[in-house]
Amino acid sequence: MSEAAGFWRRAARHPSFLAGALLAALLVAAALLSLVWTPYPPAEIDIPNKLAAPSAAHWLGTDSLGRDIASQLLAGARSAIVVGVVAVAIGLVLGVGLGCLAAARRGWVEELVMRAADFTFAFPALLSAIMLGAIYGPGLATGIVAIGIFYIPVFARLARGAASAVWAREYVLAARAAGFGPARITWDHVLPNIAAVLIVQATISFATAILAEAALSYLGLGTQPPQPSWGRMLNEAQTQLFQAPLLAVYPGVAIALSVLGLNLLGDGLRDLLDPRLARRR
Amino acid sequence: MSVFLAKRLATFLATLAVASLLVFAVLELLPGNVAQVMLGDTATPEAVATLEKKLGLDRPAAARYADWVGGLLQGRTADSFSYGTPTAELIAERLRVTLPLALLAMALTTVLALALGLYAAARHNRLGDVGVMALSQVGIAIPSFWFAILLILLFAVKLQWVSAGGFPGWSADDGGGLVEGLTALALPALALALVQAAMLARVTRSAVVDVMREDFVRTARAKGLTQRQALWRHVLRNAMIPVLTVMGLQFANLITGTIVIENVFVLPGIGRLVFQAIANRDLVVVRDVVMGLVAVVVVVNLVVDLLYALVDPRLKASDV
Repeated sequence: MSEAAGFWRRAARHPSFLAGALLAALLVAAALLSLVWTPYPPAEIDIPNKLAAPSAAHWLGTDSLGRDIASQLLAGARSAIVVGVVAVAIGLVLGVGLGCLAAARRGWVEELVMRAADFTFAFPALLSAIMLGAIYGPGLATGIVAIGIFYIPVFARLARGAASAVWAREYVLAARAAGFGPARITWDHVLPNIAAVLIVQATISFATAILAEAALSYLGLGTQPPQPSWGRMLNEAQTQLFQAPLLAVYPGVAIALSVLGLNLLGDGLRDLLDPRLARRR
Repeated sequence: MSVFLAKRLATFLATLAVASLLVFAVLELLPGNVAQVMLGDTATPEAVATLEKKLGLDRPAAARYADWVGGLLQGRTADSFSYGTPTAELIAERLRVTLPLALLAMALTTVLALALGLYAAARHNRLGDVGVMALSQVGIAIPSFWFAILLILLFAVKLQWVSAGGFPGWSADDGGGLVEGLTALALPALALALVQAAMLARVTRSAVVDVMREDFVRTARAKGLTQRQALWRHVLRNAMIPVLTVMGLQFANLITGTIVIENVFVLPGIGRLVFQAIANRDLVVVRDVVMGLVAVVVVVNLVVDLLYALVDPRLKASDV
């Protein structure tokens, strides 16, 4: 049986992977659907219908400006995915690049990269977002950059640790003896062998990025109107807690289910891609 | 041990120095004309020139940086642009809310996480363990600010036991008091702690399970110790290393979490201060608050590293 077929056979019997994959698929489906269809335009204001209760016309009701909640939730999935994908990509590309460089060159390069990574941990994403927001004003880009910067040391440390282990293997020694340079060895041998750990970390980072984006948007530092965002929906809902408490429930459920799904998917992938870890649990 | 200490202290000081350079560069050099940023595009050239002079922008950047850091070391800070008082005074006043909140949340986190983690580990792979782990998985996925809103919804809107936000102050003169102050911080601390505890409980559980499989624990059991005795005498101390690591990392989350939660509950702490500063474009306050928070994160990391050495004597021996 091929390796891929074996993976899918085990995946089909892994409850956490299946539940995570289902929730993550729902998130992606909601974002894709919102590109072509939402019950109403998400930013369409309809004051006569403000704070309407759930009905056949408005499945989840409307907010204080009469905007359709279901439509905003669907479109909010898009913002969550955009921020997650771009921020993780920034961290993944730069972090893995630096981590692999550190593992390949060792010596002072490794020391420098690792100290820089330690240093970046002193700046949580929110502090970077506060600084960038104070100068350039809040916005989607500010949020993405702040979250992405935070992921660089996360991936750099992980990639350096995993890559160093690969560099110590006999097949890398053989490749070096055959005259291949560090770049070629990294590309041909190191990256394919550390891909599994990186995929797991990327999935879990995606979940954290969604949480971070929601918090930044809630604070007004992330996605700006009229672009819908789950975090900002919660901010607006908080002003209507006494009149329409349900408005504060829907976006939170959407965030929690997305994050739960991606975390379960990450855990499942870790078990399936690294059976040694699975046995220890 | 002394070499370990010296190395760690050198890294600590270097991190603070580089962080101060970065904060200064981002907030004072990157924007171009800081006075223009603070006053906005509509400001007259005269107003911009006056503020430039007040902020000392006519002096070289190196001299301004030296002044700033020298002042911080002596507890002397610049005046806030919007409040007109030294930022140190503003920060000290707001810390009266933020610090108790962070400490209360950390204490709650530790108690909840250790209790749940140990409970789950003692019932490894049984119903209690599975239940706690499932709950913690859900806890990790919940944004703390949403949980805070749900707490407000339940305790302030439905049950009407507490107010939906605000802080009465610590003294009777302000209309508050110790009990009133702690009551106002209870829900915010709970909101912060529950999510953090979910994560820490998982780490505690797997650390304890790992250590329980070690030979020395089996030996301890073989010589007649009960599971509980082995847990308290041998397992806990050894399981504390990963738990401490995560607690150190979580403290950074807690600091940023506090900023968010203060905004949910409208608490007059550091978080509110920095957001009002962003709205007022008060870069002086933003600079000093960010530097202060980074310093707290770095100090906590140092403390965690020193605690490792206390918990794990091997570190003292191997790192010298």
